[in-house]
Amino acid sequence: MSEATGVLPADLAPGQSETPQARVASAMKGFAQEIGALSAFRLESCIHCGICADACHFYIATEDPQYTPIWKVEPFKQAYKREASPFAPLFRLFGLKREVTADQLEHWQHLLFDSCNMCGRCSLICPMGIDVSALIEQARHAMFDAGLAPKELYQKAAHQHATGQPEPSAEPYREQLLSIGERFGVDIPLDKPAADLMLCVPRTDIEHYPSAVAALARVMQHLRISCTFRSDGLVAENYGYYAGGKNWQRDISLRLIEQAIACNAKTLLVPECGHAYTALRWEAADLYGKPLPFKVRHVTEFLADELRAGRLKLSAAATGKTTFHDPCQLVRKGGINDAPRELMTAMGIELSELKNHGGFSFCCGGGGGVLDIERAAPLRYRTMENKLREIDDTGAKTFLTSCSDCRRTFDDAQAHFTWDKAPRSLLELVAANLSVGGNGT
Amino acid sequence: MDLLGFARGPALKVALAVFCVGVVWRIVGFALLRIRRDFNKPRNSIIKFMIAGVATVGSRSWPHPEFIGRTGAGEALGYSYHIGLFIVVLLFTPHIIFLGSLFGFTWPGLPSSLITVVSVLTLTLFLAVLFRRVTNPVMRMLSNFDDYFSWFITALVIVTGLAATAHLGGPYQTLLAVHILSVDVLLVWFPFGKLMHAFYIFPSRAINGAVLARKGAVS
Repeated sequence: MSEATGVLPADLAPGQSETPQARVASAMKGFAQEIGALSAFRLESCIHCGICADACHFYIATEDPQYTPIWKVEPFKQAYKREASPFAPLFRLFGLKREVTADQLEHWQHLLFDSCNMCGRCSLICPMGIDVSALIEQARHAMFDAGLAPKELYQKAAHQHATGQPEPSAEPYREQLLSIGERFGVDIPLDKPAADLMLCVPRTDIEHYPSAVAALARVMQHLRISCTFRSDGLVAENYGYYAGGKNWQRDISLRLIEQAIACNAKTLLVPECGHAYTALRWEAADLYGKPLPFKVRHVTEFLADELRAGRLKLSAAATGKTTFHDPCQLVRKGGINDAPRELMTAMGIELSELKNHGGFSFCCGGGGGVLDIERAAPLRYRTMENKLREIDDTGAKTFLTSCSDCRRTFDDAQAHFTWDKAPRSLLELVAANLSVGGNGT
Repeated sequence: MDLLGFARGPALKVALAVFCVGVVWRIVGFALLRIRRDFNKPRNSIIKFMIAGVATVGSRSWPHPEFIGRTGAGEALGYSYHIGLFIVVLLFTPHIIFLGSLFGFTWPGLPSSLITVVSVLTLTLFLAVLFRRVTNPVMRMLSNFDDYFSWFITALVIVTGLAATAHLGGPYQTLLAVHILSVDVLLVWFPFGKLMHAFYIFPSRAINGAVLARKGAVS
């Protein structure tokens, strides 16, 4: 397999064959055996209508049929039919479904990683009700097992699995966190032995948006919440999720779960990071093997709760006409639609919704690890044009979101397109408009 | 035994047996695969997401407003020929008599002339669907033998049915035998191909709706 495609061998178990075809054969067999009744039903149900293409921003931007969402799992459908479907013996006996080849999967790496944000929009359009993004997530697991995770995602996942940080940094994140506290004049609660709320932080914020880290700490301080960051469970993102490394995803989640248990946290608070929310809120307990002994809340949900309870009061924000980008993992795959809007309403914001908003919002284009894949950038930019147009069409002066990876994707687009808008963090806006009268002083 | 006797005798019995066993096997075959327990705490109560699942069976019958501009015409075409098929299969008096012999009860039918008109319209829509499948780049890429054979055998049943009703192309007994034989082939093919979506469509929508509602998301 060529290095040019960004292919790296995944985490091979001792004694496992290292020839690409043997690895692919083993991964596809594993995929078929692990598929489960629900995903099998999804694969069985496809009627090849192609309607899912019309929900996908990659297809809409390019009109290239290969970006049809269900096509992205075609080799896996082939593997399922050959290995695990009710008529699998017939498919094998008559050679109706061939074995998936290493070359075939190598081509599919582009479709499963570079051109899919796992945003789930296709799951809302399918007349058969197939959750295509769930299939794509399972296909990514098999790609990882076949040694076909893109190198950027694989390397970051490997590093995070080994060290807790997706990338090496000149100064450990713990030290950077304390420096941010000093720089912004806010207390950073760190390594308290017990707290009601455990905080974690997107590494994107540590590296790119330290003001968002300070905003989180400032809001907690204002609300007088018993909370703490934990040095051994700081990073919210989960590159195991992006790369498709299920065991790594589990171990990375376990780092946070164990720290939350160690400090007796009642709640694990997910900061402004969409995929971290999916990984912790909707997948971590399954990987843990039992229900989590604490709640998992996204920061916007938590703040909306505080608002409703009267503990959080906000003053009017002078943002002018404002629009909001719903991160896919929070709204479409996470069910958080009202919380950010409640916060904006409390700040007296005049919200001008995007043409496609809420559950139907288009992805920023960077989700699912796509932002990290260098070779995917040209396609990502092409895909983003529609989203940027939607934002421009609102006539909004201020553009908010609640996911730091979305924010970084839009910032990158601003530089690429010399776009005249910069996304702002909803959390930072809340922190800047804290008002006395609630729990605050 | 003449051809008609064979078509509606042993051939039909074998076809119905393959149909029944095949459908059950195909459903049981995947339903017995592992069902993972979801340990993640739901946002909504089980009652709420079950209701949402049932609601999605209906709501997914038509695209959300956000999608309708891109998919409305294609879906309308798809539903139109399905409606035509249901009318012809369920409301043509000879079909009702046949189905009544299987189920033990009958219902009123539509006049033959009306059924003929609907059949011709349905066949026209079928041709439009095939044209779309071979000219639309996405559908062409996704299509395989299953799509074309399922189309062919269903269209053949309509054509032979029309020929038999209109007494076109040969003696009525032979035309009827050919029509019933085409139905026999369709029944045998049914469990192996995409025609199974007739059994899948409602549970599949319901599951999608329930899974999304469990998270509090729109479906």
